[in-house]
Amino acid sequence: MIKRLSKVTPFLFFPLSVGDDFVQEIAEFLQKNAEGGLLPFSVQQEAGQRFSLHIAEVEEISLGHDLLPARYQRNRTMISTQQQLSLLRSKVAVFGCGGLGGYIIEELARLGVGRITVVDPDVFEEHNLNRQLLCTQELLGIKKVVAAEQRVAAVNPAVRLQAFDVAFGHGNSAEILKGVTVAADGLDNIPVRLDLAEACNDQNIPLVHGAIAGWSGHVAVQYPGENILQHLYAGKKTGHGVEKRLGNPSFTPAAIASLEVAEIVKILLRTKPLLPRRYLAMDLYHMEFTEVFFPDGDP
Amino acid sequence: MQVTVKLFANFRNNRFNKEVRTIAPDITVGAIVTELAIAREEVGVILINGRHGSLDQTLVEGDTLSLFPLIGGG
Repeated sequence: MIKRLSKVTPFLFFPLSVGDDFVQEIAEFLQKNAEGGLLPFSVQQEAGQRFSLHIAEVEEISLGHDLLPARYQRNRTMISTQQQLSLLRSKVAVFGCGGLGGYIIEELARLGVGRITVVDPDVFEEHNLNRQLLCTQELLGIKKVVAAEQRVAAVNPAVRLQAFDVAFGHGNSAEILKGVTVAADGLDNIPVRLDLAEACNDQNIPLVHGAIAGWSGHVAVQYPGENILQHLYAGKKTGHGVEKRLGNPSFTPAAIASLEVAEIVKILLRTKPLLPRRYLAMDLYHMEFTEVFFPDGDP
Repeated sequence: MQVTVKLFANFRNNRFNKEVRTIAPDITVGAIVTELAIAREEVGVILINGRHGSLDQTLVEGDTLSLFPLIGGG
């Protein structure tokens, strides 16, 4: 017995101009070729070719019929098939494709977040090689968003990536944030972070913020209507913090990016949020995590 | 009067993690920061007894001041 999809068409990436019978035919093909409730990628690919569908469309039909693409099998006890469908239908915008952004994009793609928007105007330079996941010798001089596109395509072809090779600002915030479920802050200067926080509030989008310097970093979540970044950066007119003097090693962005993604996933899946009105300061040198609570109201 | 000062992250380098310090009455957080040879523009979050504070606030006997560096890298 095939479980019929309910309300699937409005969520499809490329809305099918065909009826439910076609969806059912595809679902039958997938179910016939699934192995123990798991859909091997080879079958997903074959279905894409046979029915002229994007891998993401096949994935949506598969998940809608309780078949989990085999790549996600090790997530199964934490993320159900239904939740995987929610991730596929989500859109996360990642601001900055450097130290934090590279790891955030990688982790979102492996999780199967269906749409990722990446924003960064820069190209890779030699001093990025010590920490930026997307930066390789071969990609020096190449735009960071292009590297993000290549990486995501190589890791998970079900993910659709939208790239903006521009600096985020008031002029483009509405376009970039259109349809975004959650925004991830991987920026590298304070005034733009504050602009992003304001734009997210204007558009009612939760923002997961992270920042790093040397062995240290912090992470915080700004839910719409809150102003945690204004508390964190109250009265700061300078563009940068102590990272300008300390630099950043490989492990600090990886750690803070992972904390950010853990928060993003919980927001996308609407599970209990970890960090409302507080921020978590991380010090890897002393191996200490410190929790700071913020009051309501203005800083 | 005495206050407890807690430093975080790189502020601890060549200083201390936590210290009870004797200070003059009505001294501001900013003056303590200067006394510790920390650049004011490098100070991020300031907590006084776990609540948000600022550089121009004054401390009273028994207060605990926590200083975090300003972090903005990505």
